[in-house]
Formats: sequence, C-alpha cells, structure tokens
Amino acid sequence: MKIAVCIKRVPDMETRFKIAADGKSVDQAGLKFDMSDFDGYAVEVALRLKEKEGQGDVTVISLGPSVVQETLRKALSMGADRAVQLEADPVPFDGLAIAKALAAELKDGGYDLVLFGRMAIDSSNQTVGPMTAELLGLPCMTAASSLEIAGGRATARRELEGAAEILEFPLPAVVTIDEGIARPRLPSLKGIMGAKKKPLDVKPAQLGEEHLTVTRMELPPERTGGRIIGEGPDAVPELVRLLRSEAKVL
Amino acid sequence: MANVFAYAETRAGELRRVAFEAVSAARQLADAGGGGEVHALIVGAPGVAAKAEQLGRYGADVVSVVEDAALDKYSPEVVAATAAQLIGAGAFRAAVFCASAQGKDLAPRVAAKLGVSMISDATSLELKGDAIVSQHPVNTGKVVATVTLTGSPAIVAVRPGAIAPVEAARAARVESVKPAMDPAVARVVPKEMIQGNTAQLDLGEAPVVVSGGRGLKVPENFKLLEDLAAAFGNAAVGATRAVTDEGWRPHSDQIGQTGRLVSPDLYIAAGISGAIQHLAGMRTSRTIVAINKDREAPIFKVADYGIVGDVLEIVPVLTEAVKEAKKE
Repeated sequence: MKIAVCIKRVPDMETRFKIAADGKSVDQAGLKFDMSDFDGYAVEVALRLKEKEGQGDVTVISLGPSVVQETLRKALSMGADRAVQLEADPVPFDGLAIAKALAAELKDGGYDLVLFGRMAIDSSNQTVGPMTAELLGLPCMTAASSLEIAGGRATARRELEGAAEILEFPLPAVVTIDEGIARPRLPSLKGIMGAKKKPLDVKPAQLGEEHLTVTRMELPPERTGGRIIGEGPDAVPELVRLLRSEAKVL
Repeated sequence: MANVFAYAETRAGELRRVAFEAVSAARQLADAGGGGEVHALIVGAPGVAAKAEQLGRYGADVVSVVEDAALDKYSPEVVAATAAQLIGAGAFRAAVFCASAQGKDLAPRVAAKLGVSMISDATSLELKGDAIVSQHPVNTGKVVATVTLTGSPAIVAVRPGAIAPVEAARAARVESVKPAMDPAVARVVPKEMIQGNTAQLDLGEAPVVVSGGRGLKVPENFKLLEDLAAAFGNAAVGATRAVTDEGWRPHSDQIGQTGRLVSPDLYIAAGISGAIQHLAGMRTSRTIVAINKDREAPIFKVADYGIVGDVLEIVPVLTEAVKEAKKE
C-alpha cells in the first residue's frame, strides 16, 4: 500500500506565547517546535498499516519554510520512507490555499491512502484534509478514531458529541486521524541514523490564492484564579454560598 | 440585502441545539447586511420536515428539507453535495455551519466544492464592508486570532455555544428539496450510529460540567461525579486525558487540547491537577471550581474557588449540599 501523510511543524503548546511586533503573529523567539500532535498519530497509523501488510511505502509531506525538514526527518526516523517539502514561507492560514498545493503534489502520486492529523494544533482550522480530498475527488473520512482496512475498503469510527458513528468507504481515500487511535512511536537511534540517508525532495508549493487572513492576534484575558476557600468537606457550605451569591450558577 | 444560508444539524430525527445557533448566527449576519432572508437546510429521514417550523422561531425565512429514508444517518457526500448546490444556486452572501463534529466534517467539503475559503470555529461573527471578520482561538486557546475572510459566499463554522440562539420569530416557508446526489451512489457510507448515554447532556451543551481526573483513584468512583451531576440536573460528566487513556471513561469524554473544548457556566474539576493539556479544554469556563488534595496543583491557579482535600470525601458532601440548594 502506498501511503502519504501530510504533517505540520507547530510550536510546543506548553509555552507562554507572546504576540509579535506586527500584532498578528506569535513571537517565534525561544519557541520549541515539533510535529503537530494529531499528525504524529497519522504517521503512526501509516507505519502500522505498512508493517501489517509487510510491504508498502510511506511518504511524508510538509508545507513550509526549510525548517519543516526537521519535522520531516523526525517522521523518517519513525519509519517513513521518503519526504517532500513544499516550500512556502510563511505558511498561509487559509486552508484552501494549502489544500491546493497539497492536491497538486498528491494528484499523480498513485497513493492508496492519504492521511492527515484531524487538525493542526496551532491554527486549529481542521479544513485542509477534507478540502484536499474534495480537490482530488477522493472519498474522505474525517476525525477517525479507528481505521480498519481490508480488501480495498476501509471502516472507520468518528466520535461525536455524546455518540459515535461508523462509516465505510473504498480506497483510495483521504482520512484525517483523531487522537486515541495509535500512540506515536519514539524514533529509535537506528531510525535516526537511517533517516539521514532517506530521500527528501524540495519543491515549490503551488499555493492557491489567499482569502482568509489573520489580521490580529492577542492573548486572552488572564484568569484571576487562585482563591482557595478552605480545606476538606467543611469548606463545602462556603463554596455553595459563593456559587449562589457571587458566581450565581446555583 | 444579502441572503444567508444556514445548515441545521439533526441527529436521530431531532434538530440539535447547534442548529438553532447556526440559524441565529445567520439571522444576525442577514440583519447586519440589511435584512436579507435566512435559508436553512435540514436533511433527514421522512418526518424531519415537521421540525422545520422550529427554525422559523430563530429567524429562518425559508427551510429547505431533504427527506429520504436513506438519510436517517449523516451521509457526508450527499449532504455536502446538496448544501453546495443550494448555496451555489442561491447567490448567498454567507453560509453558516456549526463547528460540531458533523459541521467540521461538512463545512470544508462544501467550501472546497464551491472553491471558496472558510472560517473555522468562529467565536464571533461580524460583517465589515466586503469581509466577514471573526475571532478564532488558536494555539489551544492560548492565543485569539482575528481572521478576515473575503469573497462570496463566505463559509463560516461557528463554535458550539459561542453564539446563543436568539428568538426572532418568522413563519418559515418550508420547501421540499431533492438530494443533489443519490444516496445509493455515495462512496462514504454511514453504517452505524452508536448513541451514547442520551439521558446525559452533551459536554459541549451542558451549563455545568463535572470533570474527574486520576485523583478519583479507581473508575468506580466516577459514580460520585455522576451523582453530583444528577444533583445539578443540568450537568454532564467529563474526564482528563489520563483517565480516558486508562480506559476509565470513553475517549469522547476527554476534555483538553486534543479532546473536547468546553466553556460551561460552571466547571468543577475533581481530582484534576491541571495539566496544560487539560486547561486548554476548559479555561474559558465562566466559573471554575477545583477540588484537589495538592495545594500546589496548577488547577488552583485558574480556579475561582478551590478546596484543598480528598475528592472522595468532599464530592459526596457537595452533592448533598447542591441537592439542598436546588430544593430551596
């Protein structure tokens, strides 16, 4: 099975973000970067499918400036076979502009399966996967929390609010991967050494026109918490009083 | 005057609250644009047309209804094709979806079919000249982006709970519409709908969320939180990632960066230390209560009210006190 996984380099979220001087982006100074959480699950799913079949080929694709090569190398060190960087700086915020570049790259790749993470943890748009599927004319399943493939057909589950649904579809297809499906492996030392020799192509991204732009970024108001009202069950009456008279939620 | 389209989500033949939110948001946009019409779409099994007039109450002028026995479950390709056809034919200024699990699947498909960009997970919505401007939380809610979308139709998915449904009663004209695609030829086929506990309110919609972490020690102790939720009467029970990873609670109950994002009126964190990953899912709650034995736990930094102590002792006392308070 030939699988492509589209991955994004994002800042580590365990950070106190600062807004950059332009007022519409995050200050990059001192940030650590890694593969977006859900994309790690997608890479793991691809590797497991390949291992289960005993053969196959996993291509990882990332759109962005040359630093995304670090993220691609990480996926290669996990076990992906080849990587493609679609050069773009900066990465547009508009999902359709990105989907156009990915669709152009994927179109003639002969992939049986194109995987994405459910969403990029930084921009949180959750649009690129299904938009790419539409542009490619492929069946699409979003936010799969399980994925079984047999005889050219796939069965997947999606979590809903207080429910879940099971859908079936034929391959080739585009699937976006939710958390909980497969915990991403850590690259082994052998994997890290081997990744250096794997092919990494660099091509210009054929981005679509941008109609969605970020015009401002700000930090949400800080919560002024930290008020401990007491210890043990004895504090409950005071809590109930505050919930009624101050917070007015009871 | 510009007309605005709204997708009204159903589940098991019933309109969901997010359907009214989408129609309300569309009404606001239409009014801001000079008082155009709101056209809503409902898709479901025969019988769903009976729900159409409810949308009139929130400002829909026209409700297009697709009734088909094969559409009792959400069929992504059929609904996307039908929505795109209606939006494309109607010269709408904008089309509003809800950023629910279903809406997040549907809206990008529709946008790509129409060849237009979209705003995701909008927490506000404003018409400014020839653009739509929204706020959209990024970086797990630690940063708020203001985004501007140009072009028409503008596709917008609004975050559940962000835009309260407001009554704006109209006598909606109901039209029967054929699906733009035969459900039998759809490639992506819905096979099964697994209903969760329907007696329980959904996490995203409940005014009160009672959430538990590892501090509950064993899965059976979640019963204490269910009792507390029952005492409130309008509460849902959530959990941390540590708990869902252990399999104590279903994955769909996870609140956090990679799970559900909630912002209820009251959030009670019981036995939760407050990892950044969890805070990302609940920090926008209006009032936060934390109960934890560790005084230094980070959850207390975001909590409006904290009690230091053993959740297993405190929660049952709180449950009784809430029951008493509800009686009065």
